[in-house]
Amino acid sequence: MASLHPERWVRVCPEGLYVMPGGFFIDPVRPVERAIITHGHSDHARPGHRRVLATPGTLAIMRQRLGDGAGEAQQALEYGETIRLGDVTVRLAPAGHVLGSAQVVVEHGGARIVVSGDYKRTYDRTCAPFEPVPCDVFVTEATFGLPVFRHPPDLSEVGKLLHSLEVFPERTHVVGVYALGKCQRVITLLRASGYDRPLYLHGALQPVCDLYRGFGVELGELRPATAAAKEELKGALVLGPPGAVADRWARRLSDPVVAMASGWMRVRQRARQRGVELPLVISDHADWDELTRTLDEVGAPEVWVTHGREEALVHHARSRGIRARALALVGFEEDEA
Amino acid sequence: MNRFAALIDSLVFTPSRNGKMRLLADYFAHTPAPDRGWALAALTGTLVFHEAKPAAIRQLVLSRVDPDLFAWSYDYVGDLAETAALIWPERHPQANSLPPSLSEVVDALHAAKRAEVMGLIEGWMDTLDASARFALLKLITGSLRIGVSARLAKTALAEWGRLNVDDIEECWHGLTPPYQALFAWLEGRAERPDEGLGAGFRPLMLAHPLDEEDMAGLDAAAYCAEWKWDGIRVQLVARGAERRIYSRTGDELSGAFPDLADHMSFDAVLDGELLVVRDGVVAPFNDLQQRLNRKQVTAKTLQEFPAFVRLYDMLFDRAEDLRSLGFLERRARLERWYEEVRPRRMDLSPMVPFAGWDELKALRAGAREAGIEGLMLKRCDSPYTAGRPKGPWFKWKRGALTLDTVLMYAQRGHGKRSSYYSDFTFGAWRGDELVPVGKAYFGFTDAELVELDRWVRNHTTKRFGPVREVAPGLVLEVAFDSVHRSGRHKSGLAMRFPRVHRIRWDKPAHEADRLETLERMVVG
Repeated sequence: MASLHPERWVRVCPEGLYVMPGGFFIDPVRPVERAIITHGHSDHARPGHRRVLATPGTLAIMRQRLGDGAGEAQQALEYGETIRLGDVTVRLAPAGHVLGSAQVVVEHGGARIVVSGDYKRTYDRTCAPFEPVPCDVFVTEATFGLPVFRHPPDLSEVGKLLHSLEVFPERTHVVGVYALGKCQRVITLLRASGYDRPLYLHGALQPVCDLYRGFGVELGELRPATAAAKEELKGALVLGPPGAVADRWARRLSDPVVAMASGWMRVRQRARQRGVELPLVISDHADWDELTRTLDEVGAPEVWVTHGREEALVHHARSRGIRARALALVGFEEDEA
Repeated sequence: MNRFAALIDSLVFTPSRNGKMRLLADYFAHTPAPDRGWALAALTGTLVFHEAKPAAIRQLVLSRVDPDLFAWSYDYVGDLAETAALIWPERHPQANSLPPSLSEVVDALHAAKRAEVMGLIEGWMDTLDASARFALLKLITGSLRIGVSARLAKTALAEWGRLNVDDIEECWHGLTPPYQALFAWLEGRAERPDEGLGAGFRPLMLAHPLDEEDMAGLDAAAYCAEWKWDGIRVQLVARGAERRIYSRTGDELSGAFPDLADHMSFDAVLDGELLVVRDGVVAPFNDLQQRLNRKQVTAKTLQEFPAFVRLYDMLFDRAEDLRSLGFLERRARLERWYEEVRPRRMDLSPMVPFAGWDELKALRAGAREAGIEGLMLKRCDSPYTAGRPKGPWFKWKRGALTLDTVLMYAQRGHGKRSSYYSDFTFGAWRGDELVPVGKAYFGFTDAELVELDRWVRNHTTKRFGPVREVAPGLVLEVAFDSVHRSGRHKSGLAMRFPRVHRIRWDKPAHEADRLETLERMVVG
């Protein structure tokens, strides 16, 4: 059956990826009339679009973070539901990145393109697991698109943190985590490892944790770090945004051990640059092995790479006989990794 | 290997000096011999394997990894050992042999024939995890670069053994890895290892740079001054038939300087500056460079670039250790000895008399001849103390030359700066074109580096791997000690010790200096 190749109906515009027969952009970087948002991180979910379609989780996150900027008209679409937009059908499939994160599955003219947004393949207690969707064109990120990036098992990384707490029981352990996703995942990993003491949070992390709880994610007892006395924080675990943990905010802590949970921690010098003493390689993005395995599983004859270390993944795909190109989309930050 | 790897990892991530010392002391206390001795050798740079060159490691990795993927990864990570350790394709499950201990690795490498070395490494890579692979590769390529100097390792060792670090320095050069005798002494199980130092190296006394603001607090009458000559600091050791020339770090240079060694027919340990001198005139540093880093010297080189030592100090007169005497007393002994022995190819660095700091300032400002780098201030009563004690000796370099240059290329740094564009090539105008005149990678603060990095990323016109060419728009005021003719550079000039003095965000590129200006600063 002759199908209409997606390169004829999906364009890279200054605003972002545009699906012409559907009349919508996916994760546009500028305000547009109609947007589908893959997930709630600020570089994907930007304010000021008129009509926004996303999962209920993503919409809730956008409302919390963007307020009125979350879109004049919001339309929730559950995973697996299909909707008709203009001349295309759209369905959202779980991406396993953060709560509510979705791949956008678009069909038109007998062809299917999957825009996966950000994703990972590791099991995560805080969100639905990635679902590989066979397609004609697979659009992927490549944040960790180099073979030096291999994330070790996340529970063993959290084990390093718990071990350090045993070795330095008098020191506060402060962990840099991104407010959306990483924070809640690290908390569930700690709980799964049997750590049931209260956790102390920087004020910026609390609202998203409350939101996750509303979606049924168990986080155990959380206390505000700001209200706690220095004495109480000795030997305690404190979570804060990456920018705060090695900065003035952390002065309130007792001889802190600075940890950071991020895929970048795999590279020593990256960790050193950020003044991290205890690097934890925990990422919400696919590592090299997950990226390449995903290409195999979706079986798409063509791959477009949106952002990250595109050249290496494109090179790899081509060596496997897959047509591949870099879209060089701008505006995506590599920091929330 | 795992314990050593854990030490390396924790040292890499521990920023504070005290924290590093604690980690080292803990390792020395809890690691059995001979592993801890080999680790000490690795940390102090005395463990060298010549068969495992970086190029061979690279080849090994490329036998398993796509070359393009490797190249991109190396560019990103910025460190060969780390790239290789991270990219190495693990076999699942990992080979079921046990990972080797540090001394097993060292023993096997020492026993191996050249052709067997890479096979051994390959086998170990398959049994170790990423962190231990990193430690292994750092160990065998001999450049740990983990922010621990040999001095720091020895200081930690001294603190753990409740000794003075200079006591360790003093006998260090008579010791060999894995340092069983040293550890026995540190643990109180044996006497201090017999020096047996003979013609060994004695650690040098070094000077602190003078902060001019500190001068007011210093008593001019308590200090002597002499010129700081622009060569390299050496220690001459002549004991019986043994004649050795050591660099300030204790590396042996004797082989490259037979013209000096020939004249060391005395029994003494001397401190001086190695120079090229023709007819009593000190040649520019460039000339000395023709003599350095050479294994073989030709008769022609010996004739064209005659080596010479200008003597500063005397550590031993025959068997007598003079180091506890004050500087002026040692100087008197040196002068007496020199009168008596009259060694060829050597003279005494003259003292510079001065009445007060103002007079000395004026002398320093007037010093522009090629061989002089600045002034040395030494307390008259200072004993010769190993290391760099603060107070007795200061170096006061002459004022730097400066030039307003235009940034042309930037390259990613290595190590801590691997994600920053931190190595800058700058040029001066020749007609309408910019000609590169030098390269600098320090002189700016961390905050300025962030700004420079951003500027480079926003003004890139071309990319060549890790190098970016930028539009001519940023003026860097570069400071340098001197400038010399050089056939190796397009501009025909080479700067000595160039560093970024100021970033002239305000200055338009076309107002930067011209090449002719730099030409006029050439000496010699």
